[in-house]
Amino acid sequence: MRAMKKKVWVRSIVGMAAATALMGSAWAQEALKIGLLSNLEGPFAVPGQDGYRGAEMALKEKNGVAGGKKIEFIKLSSDATPDKAVAMTRKAVEQDKVQVMIGPLSGDEGIAVKNYAKTQPGITFVNGSSGAQATTLADPATNFYRFNSEGAQWMVGLGEHALSKGYKKMFLISEDYGFPYSQVQGFMASYCAKGGKIVDKAWVPLGTKDYASVIAKIPKDIDALFVVLGGSDAVNFLTQYEQTGGSKPMVGGSITVDQTVLNFKGKRRESLLGTASAGPMADSIDTPEWKKFVADYKAQFKDGFPSPSLFAYLYYINTKATLNALDAVKGDLSNGQKAFRDALQKTDFKGPAGDIRIDANRNGVGTTYITEVTKAADGSFYNKVVKAVPNISQTLGLPEAEFKKMGLGSRDVPDCRK
Amino acid sequence: MNGTWRLTPKQIALWLLFGGPVVVFAAWAIPDNAPLFFKTLLNGLTLASLYFLVASGFTLVFGLMRNVNLAHGSLYLFGAYVGWFVGEHTGSWVLAVAAGFLSAAVVGLLMQLLVFRFMEGQDLRQTLVTIGLSIVFADLMLWTFGGEIYTFDPPAWIYGSTSLPVIEKFPTFRLFVLLAAMAIGVALWCFLAKTRVGMMIRAGVDDRGMLSASGVNVQLVFATTFAIGAGLAGLAGVVGGTALSISPGEDTRYLLASLVVVIVGGMGSVVGAAIGALLIGLAEQFGLAYAPTYSVVFTFVIMVVALAFKPRGLMGKAA
Amino acid sequence: MSAARWRRAMSASVGVSMPARSADVPRLVPLPVLATPKTFWFERIGARVKPRHLVVLAAALLYPFVASPFFAYQIGAQALALGLIALSLTFLGGYGGMVSLAQMTIAGFAGYLVAIFGTSSVAGVSLGWPWWLAAAFALLGATVLATAIGWLSVRTEGIYTIMITLAVGVAFFYLAQQNYTVFNGFGGFSKVAAPELFGIDFKQPVPFYFVALTAALAGYFLVKHLVRAPFGIALQGIRDNPRRMASLGYHVTAHRVAAYAVAGFLAAVGGLLMVWYNGRISPGTVNLAQMIAILIIAVLGGMRHPIGAFIGAVVYVLLQNFAIDLFVRERFNLVIGGVFLSIVLFSPDGLLGLWAKLRSSLSQTRISQPKRRRP
Repeated sequence: MRAMKKKVWVRSIVGMAAATALMGSAWAQEALKIGLLSNLEGPFAVPGQDGYRGAEMALKEKNGVAGGKKIEFIKLSSDATPDKAVAMTRKAVEQDKVQVMIGPLSGDEGIAVKNYAKTQPGITFVNGSSGAQATTLADPATNFYRFNSEGAQWMVGLGEHALSKGYKKMFLISEDYGFPYSQVQGFMASYCAKGGKIVDKAWVPLGTKDYASVIAKIPKDIDALFVVLGGSDAVNFLTQYEQTGGSKPMVGGSITVDQTVLNFKGKRRESLLGTASAGPMADSIDTPEWKKFVADYKAQFKDGFPSPSLFAYLYYINTKATLNALDAVKGDLSNGQKAFRDALQKTDFKGPAGDIRIDANRNGVGTTYITEVTKAADGSFYNKVVKAVPNISQTLGLPEAEFKKMGLGSRDVPDCRK
Repeated sequence: MNGTWRLTPKQIALWLLFGGPVVVFAAWAIPDNAPLFFKTLLNGLTLASLYFLVASGFTLVFGLMRNVNLAHGSLYLFGAYVGWFVGEHTGSWVLAVAAGFLSAAVVGLLMQLLVFRFMEGQDLRQTLVTIGLSIVFADLMLWTFGGEIYTFDPPAWIYGSTSLPVIEKFPTFRLFVLLAAMAIGVALWCFLAKTRVGMMIRAGVDDRGMLSASGVNVQLVFATTFAIGAGLAGLAGVVGGTALSISPGEDTRYLLASLVVVIVGGMGSVVGAAIGALLIGLAEQFGLAYAPTYSVVFTFVIMVVALAFKPRGLMGKAA
Repeated sequence: MSAARWRRAMSASVGVSMPARSADVPRLVPLPVLATPKTFWFERIGARVKPRHLVVLAAALLYPFVASPFFAYQIGAQALALGLIALSLTFLGGYGGMVSLAQMTIAGFAGYLVAIFGTSSVAGVSLGWPWWLAAAFALLGATVLATAIGWLSVRTEGIYTIMITLAVGVAFFYLAQQNYTVFNGFGGFSKVAAPELFGIDFKQPVPFYFVALTAALAGYFLVKHLVRAPFGIALQGIRDNPRRMASLGYHVTAHRVAAYAVAGFLAAVGGLLMVWYNGRISPGTVNLAQMIAILIIAVLGGMRHPIGAFIGAVVYVLLQNFAIDLFVRERFNLVIGGVFLSIVLFSPDGLLGLWAKLRSSLSQTRISQPKRRRP
């Protein structure tokens, strides 16, 4: 009998513990909670940390207070899959009861979070660094704001620069998914219009490491290569291209010769020098605002990258816009956050790399920097700014009707072979 | 090979079924763009060499100890990282290769002695443990080495390109990988066929119980085999890292490649690993050159087809 | 040999341990020999239903009303859906001895078919059929795929199954990622929503939870019934000693493939729930990490009993959502991997095994049982 009672006692304790754990109590609310979603797992595990750093920098500038309230970041991590991004966003919104959500990191996550945002009209969603065109162009959400420009916008102006260097015929090598499609479209929008030709496109499946056969397909009569690969794929390609004795100049996408690639551990290959690229920021922008941004980053984060990466910058401007808007309405999030959202729409401040404002679709209209890889005095490589092209909107410098006709970037859109 | 070598009608039919399209394809591709075809062929052979290096260790462990070591990719990556650091500090690429081999062999030995030895006969449990280990190792390596890309700096005489007939310039390092794989393959075959330990390993692959019954210290043989298999993975890590690069995620990639190679080639057979690697390497490169969209799926299609006809792999022992 | 004769033959050897092939799969359930008078069905059920079953059932039914909507949806419903997929693995692996890593693939394929046949954000691919038709065809298609995978893998020895199903699963991932005409590639399908029926919107947390609960309960009872039915008994026999079963006249390969089909059906239902839960499906849903996650869930809970799959799913979902609050954020994978590793090393029967050990060490009465040794 005693054994029986003890059994029941133990089991009920365990049962109660489980029940309380599963019920989910509401935590006390004092500060203003803002959800912050980046990636700590998956392919962007290391760059994803920079996203948090960028947001924290923006908060530190305001001394942790915005709109008269103390701001508390609820940090969440995804792994670059849309499912996890939505799950974490849902946790932040429904469980942790955040009132503003900042994130996510990657393009497809952004589209999924935007779809979720439509089911939560009372919460405002601000982008982290996701750069897919479709997020704000196809079926946008009225409560999703993106203060940065997207992948296609980042390449506008590079086409003219390539032509000015004499690259009239180019061969494209790119990864086969959404973000590169946008990048290629941004480049080709003006490149093709001004007479350039992309003779062929080699779409390589994501995850390919061995580019030997792709390199074998490169025609002899082209002027330059247009390479839109990211991270380790870019390093693999460049190494293998050099090993094959290739010597054509290259034009890179926004993540092809960025910091992570230039900072790879190993011998620097001289063949990288002179590669042109473009993006919303560059390591060496020569303005006081940018220099201050870099100095602040270096001072605050001893364990960070040598210079703030793309993700730090993007999360920084999105967070800063959010905090500024909170200040403007003195923290008033009532009435469906209407005043706050009006303030967001009216955002117009000078960020580290240009003016920050948004268009009618709540997408950023920003500056694109054309860069070239240069050797610094200490032998390391960095991206030197060659030109800054301001005020690029999602129509990529084309008239709106023509852009609509082109549609969103894909494998075959746009096309200018002969 | 025993007795007369005559092809049964079924074998002839299979050779025609699969060989036919290949011949037709070659007949079209060579006149169309001969340099591309031969470059792709050589690329496929060299990629196959790399896959062989990685998969040989896997098949050795699998064949003898029935242990599907899904942490094999982690050993590859670990050997590559250690090799890189050694290479950086000593400036010698050869030392890096040696370090890669030894470090992975040591880890493999530890795994066998500390963990797998106590799970004799529990195949499933061993596999689950290797899965858990691979997840833990992957995260530990990400933590320790960071997410940056590491590239190697081989000596100048194997870097750069060489001129070959028909194909103008071909990366020297890839030719080196081809030669190295052939050398290691021959060495492995000699080890298995000519030495005493090799004889024990082969006997163990055929019949473990008998091996133990004939008085051999089976645990010693197991430990040696695991160490060699793991060491090969580490060595392949340095070699592969030089040809391509190393970063987190490489472990899964090479694990999957080894899996497919071993499934196609047959369990426990080094020759099978070579054949499987050839098929997969060629398929991947030709797919990438001529039909890039589905090149990755080709390798798995080959695996499925091979399994459909020969469930134990092309060189696997019959059930 | 008829099923009844088989049962009698088995029950004649109650108390003798069956030779199991490996230490980590559940033992055969011995059936008691009773000179039974005719019993009514509710008496038979009453004999088998214990208080703990009723408590758990009541808790599951009342849960959405006491828990917050977030918990009901993201924890409860997701755990039930994942648990159902893991249940298919428990059935296949625990009772059939074939550990297949492709269960998530089958679930994902079912999800894709729902998106392709039904309505989604990709108007160019989706056929726009009514939801029930799309769901029916999705279940059918996924079961067919499961049978095919089963046919491919069963003709080899047990340990090969893991490798082959892993490779097949990865192949499907790459296919879904690269193909735009059918699978819409990297982006996948979004806006795949649960239907609205009889005025209830099944996208809402509480109704969806009950749909998931119904499916999970149905799956659970199906598995429990099957393992006691002739099919399940034969399957366990095949797991333990295929040669003996073959010599007794059982078609070993057909049995195994049928087991794959049943497991595939369970996984397909789980996949249907997942795609409605997420509202979307993309290659990320069926990538390698997710495939391994199902294995982790099944092993975590314990493969000796169907309830283990759901226990594992609850623990996994809780860890996934709250690990970031409790542990060092960046090392989530280390935590999950470490937990999985410790379970496999020290308690191969998962949490259920741990619970059983705990129970037996806490109870005062020690029943001395002959320790079942493997020959």
